[in-house]
This record gives sequence, C-alpha cells and structure tokens, in this order.
Amino acid sequence: MPGLPLLSLLTFLPAGGAALLLLLPRERVRLLRALALAVLAVDFLLALRLYFGFDPAEAGLQFVEEAPWIPRLGIQYLLGVDGISLPLILLTAFLGLVVAAASLPWIQARVKEYCICLLLLQTGMLGVFVALDLILFYIFWEAMLIPMYFLIGIWGGPRRIYATIKFFLFTMAGSVLMLLAIFALYFKARAALPGPTFALPSLLGVALGPEEQTWLFLAFAVAFAIKVPMVPFHTWLPDAHVEAPTGGSVILAGILLKMGTYGFLRFALPLFPDATRTFIPLVAWLAIAGILYGALVALAQADVKSMVAYSSVSHLGFVMLGIFALNVQAVSGALLQMVNHGLSTGALFLLVGMLYERRHTRMLEDFGGLFRVIPVFGGVLLVIALSSIGLPGLNGFVGEFLILAGTFRFWWPYAVLGAAGVVLGAWYMLSMVQQVLFGPVRHEANRTLLDLTLAERCVLAPILLLVVWIGVYPAPFLHPSEASVKALLARVEQGAAAVAPAAGGVDPRAYGRPAPAPRVEGARVAPGETQARVTGGER
Amino acid sequence: MPPLDWAALAPMVAVAATGLVLLVADLLTPRERRGPLAWIPLLGFGAAAALSVRLWGGGVRGVAGMLVVDDTACFFYGLFAVIGILTVLISVPYIRREGIQFAEYYVLLTFAVLGMMVMASSADLLMFFLGLETLSVALYVLAGFLRQRVTSNESGLKYLLLGAFSSAFLLYGVAFLYGATGSTNLEAIQAALVSRSDSGPLPAVGVGLILVGLAFKVAAVPFHMWAPDVYEGAPTSVTAFMIAGTKAAAFAGFLRVTAVAGTSLQGAWPEVLWILAALTMGVGNVAAVAQRNLKRMLAYSGIAHAGYLLVALVAGSPLGTAGLLFYLLAYAFMTVGAFAVLIALGRRGEENLTLEAWAGMGTRRPLFALSMAIFMFSLAGLPPTAGFMAKVYVFSAAVEAGYIGLAILGVLCSVVSAFFYLRVVVVMYMQELAAEPAVVLLSPTTALATLLSVAGTLYFGLFPSRAWEVAVRSVQGLAGMGG
Repeated sequence: MPGLPLLSLLTFLPAGGAALLLLLPRERVRLLRALALAVLAVDFLLALRLYFGFDPAEAGLQFVEEAPWIPRLGIQYLLGVDGISLPLILLTAFLGLVVAAASLPWIQARVKEYCICLLLLQTGMLGVFVALDLILFYIFWEAMLIPMYFLIGIWGGPRRIYATIKFFLFTMAGSVLMLLAIFALYFKARAALPGPTFALPSLLGVALGPEEQTWLFLAFAVAFAIKVPMVPFHTWLPDAHVEAPTGGSVILAGILLKMGTYGFLRFALPLFPDATRTFIPLVAWLAIAGILYGALVALAQADVKSMVAYSSVSHLGFVMLGIFALNVQAVSGALLQMVNHGLSTGALFLLVGMLYERRHTRMLEDFGGLFRVIPVFGGVLLVIALSSIGLPGLNGFVGEFLILAGTFRFWWPYAVLGAAGVVLGAWYMLSMVQQVLFGPVRHEANRTLLDLTLAERCVLAPILLLVVWIGVYPAPFLHPSEASVKALLARVEQGAAAVAPAAGGVDPRAYGRPAPAPRVEGARVAPGETQARVTGGER
Repeated sequence: MPPLDWAALAPMVAVAATGLVLLVADLLTPRERRGPLAWIPLLGFGAAAALSVRLWGGGVRGVAGMLVVDDTACFFYGLFAVIGILTVLISVPYIRREGIQFAEYYVLLTFAVLGMMVMASSADLLMFFLGLETLSVALYVLAGFLRQRVTSNESGLKYLLLGAFSSAFLLYGVAFLYGATGSTNLEAIQAALVSRSDSGPLPAVGVGLILVGLAFKVAAVPFHMWAPDVYEGAPTSVTAFMIAGTKAAAFAGFLRVTAVAGTSLQGAWPEVLWILAALTMGVGNVAAVAQRNLKRMLAYSGIAHAGYLLVALVAGSPLGTAGLLFYLLAYAFMTVGAFAVLIALGRRGEENLTLEAWAGMGTRRPLFALSMAIFMFSLAGLPPTAGFMAKVYVFSAAVEAGYIGLAILGVLCSVVSAFFYLRVVVVMYMQELAAEPAVVLLSPTTALATLLSVAGTLYFGLFPSRAWEVAVRSVQGLAGMGG
C-alpha cells in the first residue's frame, strides 16, 4: 500500500475527530458519543490493517514516514513501527475503543469535553508509540499529559484535583530532564554525524563513552521509571488511578504505564547499551522491590480500586524485570505481559467501575456473595482475576512464565524472588474475589443488584476472548515481535563496539528502510543483522 | 553630513508619524467619538510591520553612526509592531470600560513603541539611552493612567522613581565607558577596548552599571522589586504591553551591548548573567506560586520568563540568540493573549481577578477559558505550543554551550511553574461555578486579540520552522555572537 500514510492516519484520526466534535453543539449528546465511538472504531480498523500489513520477518522499521519539520535543527516528522511498538499500538487502539464504549454511557456531565479528551489522548498515546524522532516523541509524551490531566481533574473522584496535579508534576519533573538528555545526545551526534538530527535510527549510530552513557541513561531512565512506575517513583499512581474516572483508570493502567516500559525498550536500551548492562542489578532489585511491595500493599487495601492500582505496581515490576533480564525469552515475555496487563487490569478497572455504578461503593466489606446475585459479572471477574494471577490457559500465565523462565536463565535468585510475587499476587487477588463474590450476602442492597447489561457484555466479551486466546495460542501475539526483540538484544549485547564504525559515513537511516527484495542471506540472518546495517559494521 | 538613509528609517518614521497624526486627530474629534481613533495606531503599526518586513534581509545600514538597521533590528521592529497591534486591540474595550478613553493613551503607546525601536537599533549608547527614556517616560504616564485609582498612581510613581534610578545607573555606566574609551559609539568602544588591553577597571565598571540598568528594565532578580506592584497597579492593557514589549526592547539592548560587555568583562560576563538568570528563574517562579491574584501571578510569571531569556543570553551562541528572538515572539503571543482574556472576563475596577472568581469559567465562557488554558500550557512550556518550542531552543542552546547546571535549574523551575499555571486551569475547569456569573461585555477587538494570540501560540508551536529560520537569519550579522 504505497502512498497511504497509514501511521499518520492512525495517529491523527482521533485528533481530527476531536476537532470535528469541537464544532458540534454540546446538547447533541448522543451524536457526540456516536461520533467519538465511530472515530475510535475506524482507528482500530486502521490498527488491524497495520497488523496485517506488518512483515514479522523484518526486524527493522516498517511503514516509515519521514518529512522535514524543522530542517535547520534536523527535527523530523519521522514515524515507524517495528515488532516492539506494534503490539502496543494494537493494544492502544483496542483499549481506546473499549474504554469509549464502556465509559461514555456513564458520563453525564460535559460529554463533549469528555469525548474530546478521550480522542486527543488517543492521538497522544499512539503518537508516543510511532514517533521515532526524539523531539517528536517528547512532544507526544508531554502533550498526552494534558487530556489525561483533564480526565482525572474534571470527571474524577473527591480528591481528583490533588491527584491530577500530582500526576502531572511527577511525570513532567521526570521528563524535563530527559529533554535535556535528548539535547546532550543531539549535540554529541552533531559532532559525529554528517548533519544535525534527532532521529532515533541515526542517533543509534553515535558512539558514546561510558560516562556519557551513564548520565544520559539515568536521565532517560528516571523519566520512564516514573511513568512505569518503579518503586520509589510510584507514589503518584495510587492517587491517580483511584481518583480517575473508570475510563481514565483503564487508560492509565492499560496504556500509560506501558509508555514507560516502552521507553526503556525503544530508547534507553538501544541508545545506551553499556549503561544498560551496568544498571541491571539496580533496576532488577527495584523491580523486585516493586513486585513485592506492590503486592503486599495491595493485600492491605480495603478499596477494590486501590487494590487493583497497587497490583499494577507489582505487575509492572515483572515487566521491568523481564526487560532487564536481556534475553529473548524474558523480553518477549515482558512485551506480551504489557499487553496482558493492559487487558486484565483494564478489565478489572472496568468491572470495578460497573460495580461502582450499581452500588456507589468500592469497599470490599460492602460486598460478598455477589456470585449468587449476579453470576455473569461474577464469572467474568473470576476469569479476569485468574488471568491476572497467571493461571495456565489464560494470558497472564504465558507472559509471567516467559519472564520468569528468562530471568531464571539470567540469574536464578531474581526469578525466585519474582515468583514469590506471583504467590502474593494470587493471595490478594483471590482474597478479593472471595470477599466480593463468595460467602453470604451481607448487605441487603446487594440482593437487588442487576447483572451485566447487554452493552456491558459486549464491551467485556472481546477482552475475554483475547484473554483466552493469548493463553491458549499466543503465537500470533509473540511472533511479530520476535525479530525486533532479537535485534534489540543483539545491540545491547554488543554495546559500544557495535556503534564504533558509525563515523564512516554510511547512511544510518538504512535502519528504517524496508530490506531490498531478494533477502537471500535469510539462512544466515544472525540476530542483530538489522542493527549491523544501522551502523554499517560488518561483524 | 551625508544624506540620511530614509528607507532604513521608514519603520520608525511610520510610527513617529502615527503619533503625530493621533495628536492632531485628537484635537479634531469631539470627546465622545474618540473610539475610532484606535484605527490610527493599528494602521500605523501595520505599516511599520510591513516596512520592516521589506527591509529585512537587506543587509546592515547605518544611519549617521547613531542607528544601525540590520536584520536583528528589523526583527524587533516587526515584533514591536505585533505587540503594539495586540495591545491596541485589547486596550479598546478596556480603556472605555475604565473611563480613560483619551487619545493620549494611544499617543503614549505609539511613542513607547518608537522608543523601543530606537533601543533595538541603536549603534550608540546615547541613542540607546534616548530610546530608553522615550519608552520609559511614556510608560510612567501610562502606568498611572487610571488617575482615580490609588494602585495605578502607586504603580506610576513607583515606576517613575525606580525607573529614574535605573536610568541613572545606565547613564553612569555610559559615562564610565566614555571615560575609558573616549567614545559612546559601540563600535568605537569595542575597537578601543580591543586595541588597549590595559584600560584598567573603568570599562568593567561601566559595563557593570549598564547591566544593572538593563536588569532593572527586564525585572531580573535582584532588581525586580518594583515589578509586581507596578505590573499589578498599571492598567491591564499597559501591563501586557510592559511585560511583553519593554522586556523585548531591553533584551534587544542586551544584544547590542553584548560585544562590548564581553570584551570588557572577559569571562565574567556569562558568569554574571548566569547568576542573574538562576536567581530570576528561581525567585520569579517560586514567588508566583504564592499569588492568588491572576494579574499579580502573571507579573511574577513575567519575571520568571525574563530568567529563561537570560539563559539564552548566557549561552551567547547563535543558537541561543536566535532562541532569544523566537522566545520573545512566542512569549508576546502567549502573554498578551493571557492578558486579553483577563480583560475580556474582567469587570470595571478589576474586581474579579482573584483565582476564586474564575471558578467554573470553563462552562461559563468555554472559548475564553479554552484560550486561557492554551496560554497557560504555553507559558508552562508544554507541547504542542509555542512556549514549548521556545524552551527547546533556549535550553538546547544552554546545553550546547555547556551550561548543563543552569539548564537543569531552568527545566526544574518550569516544573514549578506548571503548578501555578495549571492552578488556573484547575479553577476554570475543575471547580464548581462561582455564585453568580459575572456580567461580561464581549468586545470584538478583545476576541480578535485572543484569537490572534491563540493562533500564534499554536502556529509557532506546531510549525515553528519558518519563524525559526527568520530568527536564525536575523542574528547572523550580529556582532559578538561568534558566528
């Protein structure tokens, strides 16, 4: 499909929809909802088209679009997809649609603004995953905060203003240092490369000394670690997740947190491979601290929503552990676990939201015995909780298994400690399920609860389908990422040695180009083959 | 005496003529029909802008050794004209509402712009002083223009006293430089300094005093004491003009003396600026956090932004200088825009400028609130607005020049600033409607100014390339930029 700027369409369609909505009268609530939903549905179809057009054998970037933006400084409009961003783009497009479908009926006040925020947020998030120019990436990364800030601040719970400002300032404080690191990298590259550029593929060709790598890595890592969030940068998360409206919580947990882990995979690891390996112990211990701490705190929560929020800290700890184990198994598992967490935690927030709409409480002690009253809801909650725990046959198992197996190969004590987190995870999740679904019905108000409506079932059904599908047959989800993950790991392994020949004047953009038609060397394609093309280094 | 280069003087002549025409027109119009007089400065500034666009790129033209009309000067002419136009647009309803609809208001505004233009293109320190005084005298009167209000009187008087003080410093500095080098012409001073390396402490003292004078004008900490009261007390439209315009003119002055200053102070020049920049960013932003009055908050924000602009000067590179120009342009739109909204939603006597009065503005006045939100995000430096791009240029210049510490301080200050800018958005969108909705008289010119500012803020944020190109080329010929 030459000539069709698929990624631009995918990214900016929601923003275009938002602009259209801005012009419509605020009284036409139904029209506004329908239009927002339609835009997100079309966007999801575009994402599916991306998936089917994607070549899983290619480790480099695909669907590349580039245009000069601020040529004097070398800032480009550069978009592209590879196996690392593809699953996250699909997840974003999918969850965006689900969130709109589920939460639009709940929003009664300021529907127009809500729809616009959702759509702008969608553009911002997709932009983060497709942008490959560092300034462009940073713009999406920061701009996306604004609609989220409104979502929490306008439609959130009682402490929403505190939560939204905390969320905003935490994230911004981390990212501004990353911006300076981007500048430092840029000036370093300007001396080494033929022209000024902020494009990631070109910057990958710059050799950095160990000390430079350390500082730059730290600046990037703090920005991403706050977003993930890793202990000790996680304190914004419980506030934001609990105070956000259901739709906001789903997006926060489902997609926003992945932007942090994605940032590590896309930028911090390949740009600073030596520093990455230096910091493995620190990151791994923080990840383990997050796994255990998140799980223990989740165990102590009386509010279901904050329990789910803390469980995110724990789950994202697994993802970080997998990423820094630096082998194909663990990183693929981490990538899959990002999607899994988006699906199961997203679904958990939706279910909590559905319950809250009925009972206007989220306290564990206010429920009990719901399985008998609303069996469909109970069944869905049970399946999702089991998926979150990692029951074999459901999606969470595949991801956690890959992560732990890979980590075990890296250094077994990490895996053992991580596995302890799995046990704790089962503990808090099952005790939640038990307190909500089983036992006697303790409150009269619970006896008259209505079961899931048709609309709610329609929203949850695709998530359930994916939860089972990934659990039973994960190949379609793992396969597209494999080549890119291998290439990434090869680069991290080679470290600075891989980039040394960069000054030789080869076009580093070769990274982004589709491979020439006859790929005869297929038989001896080593991991990292594409990366070698980046740098022009014959290994 | 060689004939004057009238073509180079055309933008200034246009503005000066506008002022004179206004004076005459005032005599010929009856008191109650002076509203349409606003057209005259609008046309005059428009003409000046058009003439400076034509002049731009035409090389360096000196006028009698006193003025230099180069691309930098042309850029500033254009910028001042834009600020002038926006100011007139927001002044029209404001001065009618506050009962100060006199033609003198526009006359003074026009001559203030003329003074700024002289400052931006001065090749001689005396010329610079002349421009500064033309600007200042006009502003002393404008700041106290609300005769019946005590705060405005205080503002005018305070500005007069401290302004005179700072002018004295500046003049004293000029005298020292004259004593050391025997000239007030910047090029001659520079040549003398270079040829005689042992001229003693006099040039350094002179430049130091000039720096104090300029720092007063841009309200850099610790020379900012006057700023919050003056900005708060002055008529809101005048405050907008002072914050955007006077600051731009003073920074143009900074650029003109950079070469001389660099030579006389040697390595100390960037260090002195470093300290000023750090203090200004820090104090301006932290003090703004404590403000509950929007106008006063914007006053402190004006101080803080002077700090970011000083960062560009510290870098002292072509990138930094072009960044300074771009920043001033972006800042003009976002800050005048914010004041436009203040005027649009304010009432006579400026009673509802406290944060509390703005609760629920998001539903009461959705479009103005949205514009205000855009200006706030831009002032905080968030993409995709002009304020973000401006910060990208300025802070990347600081990183390039190796001032990493200052850059880190700067971005952390901008995080602090996000807190108080976002508070405005919080109040407008996330708090309940205040008891009774304010009666707001919508004026087409304020709406237009707001619209133009929103357009500028978003355009320079999304498509900064052309403006950036202009800024880069505008500073190419500037002395003392090392390239």
